[in-house]
Amino acid sequence: METANSTNYLNSHTGSRWTSGFMSWITSTDHKRIGIMYGFTMFSFFFLAVWIGFIIKLQKFYPAASGWEIIPVEWYGSYFTLHSVIMIFLFIVPGAPAVLGNFFLPLQIGAKDVAFPRVNLLSYWLYLFGAIMAVVGILLGGADTGWTFTPPYSVTTRTISMFGTQFDSVSWMLTAAFILGWGTILTGINFIITIHRMRTKGMGYFKMPLFSWSIYAASWIQVLATPVVGISLLMIVLERMMPVGFFDPNKGGDPILFQHLFWIYSHPAVYVMILPSMGLVSEIIPTNSQKPIFGYKSIAIASCSIAGVGYLIWAHHMFASGMSDVASIIFSFLTFFVAIPTAIKVFNWIATLYKASISLTPPMLFALGFVFNFSIGGLTGMFLGSLSTDIHLHDTDFIVAHFHYTMFGGAAFGIIGGIFHYFPKMFGKMYSHKLANATFGFMFTGFNALFIPMFILGFYGMPRRYHTYPDIPLFTNLQQASTIGSWILVTGVMLMFITWIHGLLKGKQSSEENPWNSSTLEWQTASPPTLYNFEKDPVITRHPYDYDAFRTEVKAGTSKGARDE
Amino acid sequence: MSEPAVKVEAFHHHDEEGTRLGFWLFLFTELLLFGAFFIVYGVYRTAHLNDFKIAAESLNTGIGTTNTIILLASSLTMVLSLNAMKAGRVKLAKSMLLFTMALGTTFLVIKGFEWNAKFAHHLFLQTSAAIAEGKGSPLLTPGPDMLPDGQVLFYGLYFIMTGTHALHIIIGVVWMGIVYFWISKGSINPDNAGVLERCGLYWHLVDVIWIFLFPLYYLVA
Repeated sequence: METANSTNYLNSHTGSRWTSGFMSWITSTDHKRIGIMYGFTMFSFFFLAVWIGFIIKLQKFYPAASGWEIIPVEWYGSYFTLHSVIMIFLFIVPGAPAVLGNFFLPLQIGAKDVAFPRVNLLSYWLYLFGAIMAVVGILLGGADTGWTFTPPYSVTTRTISMFGTQFDSVSWMLTAAFILGWGTILTGINFIITIHRMRTKGMGYFKMPLFSWSIYAASWIQVLATPVVGISLLMIVLERMMPVGFFDPNKGGDPILFQHLFWIYSHPAVYVMILPSMGLVSEIIPTNSQKPIFGYKSIAIASCSIAGVGYLIWAHHMFASGMSDVASIIFSFLTFFVAIPTAIKVFNWIATLYKASISLTPPMLFALGFVFNFSIGGLTGMFLGSLSTDIHLHDTDFIVAHFHYTMFGGAAFGIIGGIFHYFPKMFGKMYSHKLANATFGFMFTGFNALFIPMFILGFYGMPRRYHTYPDIPLFTNLQQASTIGSWILVTGVMLMFITWIHGLLKGKQSSEENPWNSSTLEWQTASPPTLYNFEKDPVITRHPYDYDAFRTEVKAGTSKGARDE
Repeated sequence: MSEPAVKVEAFHHHDEEGTRLGFWLFLFTELLLFGAFFIVYGVYRTAHLNDFKIAAESLNTGIGTTNTIILLASSLTMVLSLNAMKAGRVKLAKSMLLFTMALGTTFLVIKGFEWNAKFAHHLFLQTSAAIAEGKGSPLLTPGPDMLPDGQVLFYGLYFIMTGTHALHIIIGVVWMGIVYFWISKGSINPDNAGVLERCGLYWHLVDVIWIFLFPLYYLVA
């Protein structure tokens, strides 16, 4: 049994000549340290973008006629671009894979590190460099294209910042996205090779925990889709610099071609965002139900088929863009296929809960919140996947509500739940459950109060990306309800940060290895984990979610025994 | 955490097959990157068929063919270098690697002459700022002499795609230089030739991309 004072990844490290302090983190090749660094950086950006979102909602509190103007109308585009670029490129895409994937993938499959530790550190540096470039670029120049950079607007817009300076903010952001893309690709390659080559003895593919499976599926998407969007974004940079009209219809170019190239990446990328969160939920639910997950193999295969089918449906973002009708019908039809593996997962999670002894721990609350929110997000996605309703709902608040239900209520709830789940393993400390439960209460209530009105607003024709709205009671009432929801949500997010910081500083020091009594491998080592994760290379003899066998092992005192053979 | 910080030896995990697999995946991403270029080329060729044909007439097929032969020959010398290394003939491996670098450089020199000839015919890309100062190409920038849209797109794609390819050649030649240095130092040797092999794989990929660029720009006029 390890004690809290022994050597672990927090007080010692590998791979660089600095032994302590800031430099020993930023130059460390230890996958656990890299994961923590990603987490720190990402959640700093998340903090900023949450407040930008708060201001955007505040702007909508009163209609135009009232003279209410928090954001000057010409900057509104820059505000939602800043919010979306940070949330998409800096938070939710690297989100679960870079933080929890880096930390727990090697632990879950019994490896000492990822396959290429130095490449892993390079990925982090690329991420940090690209992230700073994007944020500086947008603050100095106020790009207003949204995160989709759709031409010809992204080619012609000349941006002026709030300081009055001219600065080619769009080109900076595009280049930053290109750099971030290479960080993502390298992480993806790293994880794929880690899973193929570094599983410990006895860890067959179908004995891997489900979070590893979801990381595996997401990694393939990262590797296969990112290069295409990278080069397409660079073509916009070139078009802004030089007068070749790659995507400008006035110069013989085709803007719809850009949309195809963009969504070929960016649709699969939404599964990079959601799959790892689904994996985290698949860890949290069996742990807090203390029974095997229902349909283990079908969840693993569903992860891969979501990744596969996800490639074939990108053009459902373009039903209103002037694409041919035949293509629209085919893409609409294919879109419904992706609902099948997704629904399989939801059914499996619910079936796991049936007749289980459920403990409502904070991570479990977030996992259940995920299932609820994600079901709403997924089902409203079906409305948008059908051609005729999409024409009505396209570019309205309905879409904004839909993707926030999948990305925030789904993916982000999964990541936050995952961090509450793994917090004691990462830091060897336990946060306050009272604060954590309050966090969930505020976030869940605020989130639903914020976005359910937006479904209705969008249905009645409130366009997205609009600065204000006419003074109709229906609109005003719903907008105000939604804005009040955003206040509750922001309170929840701030409470989340408080809970974590309080847990880190004042949390009860506990070297307890397995506070949730989970049967998967990453819990069968010290908290925080030792340098090379396990004292001896573990040997796997049972299924990851075989709770009967796990309980027998615990009774016999051999729950760690499997790896001492 | 009260104990003094401990420095532990870095984790040395050497898995040649895993590294090779990872490198193949990386090469595949490079292929996808150029794939996006090829899609754009294909779409605009279909949309502006006549302009693309007229513009392609201006490219020198003789120079293109010479460069193709040079690159194919360099792929051969690269393989010979790797084979010599695996057979333990380090000296031969080094000279073959030098030969490959020389061929790659020759390709770049010829490409440079070819681009220069285009510049002499007022075919070049300029930044918007320079165009505003009147330094732009009269054929490719808005004005009375500007070529039709399709031809401007053709030359734009030509410069950017061959330019991106040339950038990969430069990276390849520099990498070969580093590999040459490591062979001289002995850290790459017959028992540990993985880096040389991956450098070769990269070089072949650059070669393969040219095999597709060549017919699309020089031959299908």
